[in-house]
Amino acid sequence: MIAGIRDSWYMAGRHLRNLMRQPVYIALMLFQPVLYLVVFSQLFKKITLIPGFATTSYLVFLTPGIIILNALFGTAWSGMSIIEDVNRGVIDRFLQTPIKRVSLIAGRLTQMGVTLIIQSLILVGLALLMGARFSGGLTGILLLFLCSIMLALPFAALSNGIALMSGQQETVAAAVNFILLPLMFLSTVFMAPNLVPGWIRAISRYNPVNWAVEAGRAAVSPNPNWAIIGMRLLLLAGLSVVGVFFATHAFKTYQRSV
Amino acid sequence: MPDETRSEDAAIVARGLKKTYRGDVVALDGLDLEVPAGMCYGLVGPNGSGKTTTVKIMTTLTTADDGQAVVSGIDVKADPDRVRKMIGVVDQRSTADLTATARENLTLQGRVYGLKGPELKTRVSELLEQFGLSKDAKRLVKGFSGGMTRRLDVALGLVHRPHVLFLDEPSTGLDPEARHALWEEIDRLVQGQRMTILFTTHYLEEAERYGELISIIDSGHVVATGTPDELKSTLQGDALFVELAGAVDPDLVKRSLAGIEDVSDVVVEDRRLRARADVGARAVPRVLSELESAGIQIDSVTVSRSSLDDAYLLYTGRRFAEVDQAGEEAAAAGAGAKRAKKEGGEGR
Repeated sequence: MIAGIRDSWYMAGRHLRNLMRQPVYIALMLFQPVLYLVVFSQLFKKITLIPGFATTSYLVFLTPGIIILNALFGTAWSGMSIIEDVNRGVIDRFLQTPIKRVSLIAGRLTQMGVTLIIQSLILVGLALLMGARFSGGLTGILLLFLCSIMLALPFAALSNGIALMSGQQETVAAAVNFILLPLMFLSTVFMAPNLVPGWIRAISRYNPVNWAVEAGRAAVSPNPNWAIIGMRLLLLAGLSVVGVFFATHAFKTYQRSV
Repeated sequence: MPDETRSEDAAIVARGLKKTYRGDVVALDGLDLEVPAGMCYGLVGPNGSGKTTTVKIMTTLTTADDGQAVVSGIDVKADPDRVRKMIGVVDQRSTADLTATARENLTLQGRVYGLKGPELKTRVSELLEQFGLSKDAKRLVKGFSGGMTRRLDVALGLVHRPHVLFLDEPSTGLDPEARHALWEEIDRLVQGQRMTILFTTHYLEEAERYGELISIIDSGHVVATGTPDELKSTLQGDALFVELAGAVDPDLVKRSLAGIEDVSDVVVEDRRLRARADVGARAVPRVLSELESAGIQIDSVTVSRSSLDDAYLLYTGRRFAEVDQAGEEAAAAGAGAKRAKKEGGEGR
């Protein structure tokens, strides 16, 4: 256990160092969420005038959702980068050492978590610049970050697992599009829950993306519903455990094919 | 030849290893191997003969479908983690992290094996020094030359002072000079360490030069084992090559040489005659006179000492260079047809 945590930390160190050598990646990965944040918040500004829309600022409503989406789409890269390591033989080299398999995954997830915090800080900063004010204060914003990371963990683990089993970046990209796009639209990221069609609302109750969005939105609201936040985070934590288990076992499939 | 008494002292033992890849590609077909502790052992064979698969099984990267592999007395299937602590591996392609420096690569590798603090620092500096990389320790591996990268690869395999070192085609892609330098380095490092080395190569001369014992591997199993001298001495005497002036009936040639008792293994291909003689120089005049009396004109005669290439021919029935080239072509064709999953995929 201790060895596993120690090894994960070393692996995270390797990935973070690589990230720091290419900070342009963080910026590139931010392009889409920034675009969404700026364009959607302007485009649908009047949406809050619809009777029943709880908040008065669409920007304040949208920002938590965009932070969650940024985390969701960032997970795709995690799987891509493990394929690079596979192709270069780096994964094989580590598999021939006593390192725990789970550390090879956990190290990547840790690096992704750090990346997400940096990106989320930039997004929140941008929202504040555009005039958004969050009643939840600093605690609320930190909780929102936690929600985004807790959503990213299971999906990043899934993308790593698919990457190891397929060995192809194309497959990971296709799987990501296939899974993530519906999850994004069948949620309340862009529209208040009481205003989306009933069938979407029904589906969104089982949508992990929506769990994170609801919890994150609650966290930055004036009167956070702690029961909702706690429950959603617990569900996401459970999903993370399943995801990491899957990714760790994907090494077995990979090793059968080498 | 391996026998039971030596098993106790063997660092690597393989018994009846079998492995078939998807698409019914048979990589190993009952491979047996026994590497005595402290020895530098060469596994030689053309591409696709199963060398790399053997190494992958021994180093716990993949598992055999059947058979048993034991490293340092530990069964690789039963207790892979203990095996991993004992072994160092150098893959046929470089596995260094290109976006990290040489020192960072070595430091991380050491940490994975549990080295830390001043001990780790000393070990890393020592290896950088030994492999002539001190000057470039802080440069990203991306910018390294092939030879430098290869030296780093070997250093990575040695960080934790393994008992058994696996070198899978360590000199692939190096020019002869760099290849020689690399082996000198390895030689120097293992001296007095009683480290066991198993290396694979498809250069016969490399196996002959650096292997104390050699196994010739073909189509997934070992066809011959011995010291380079033993393998060569199984071939009697010298090799005789005669260039014939024109096409002749092979039977006629064989019949005319049948009377010379110390000439054997006569093979005629097109206009080339190949044979073995106990003492080449003594056989030449008689061979020439017999051929002349049969009315066969000749262009040239060559006598040469047996080479490992002849040994290879004897055991597999094929010339090494021809097989190797065919193997490479097949591998290239295969790699193109298959999904380009892994760069090293053809190295089975």
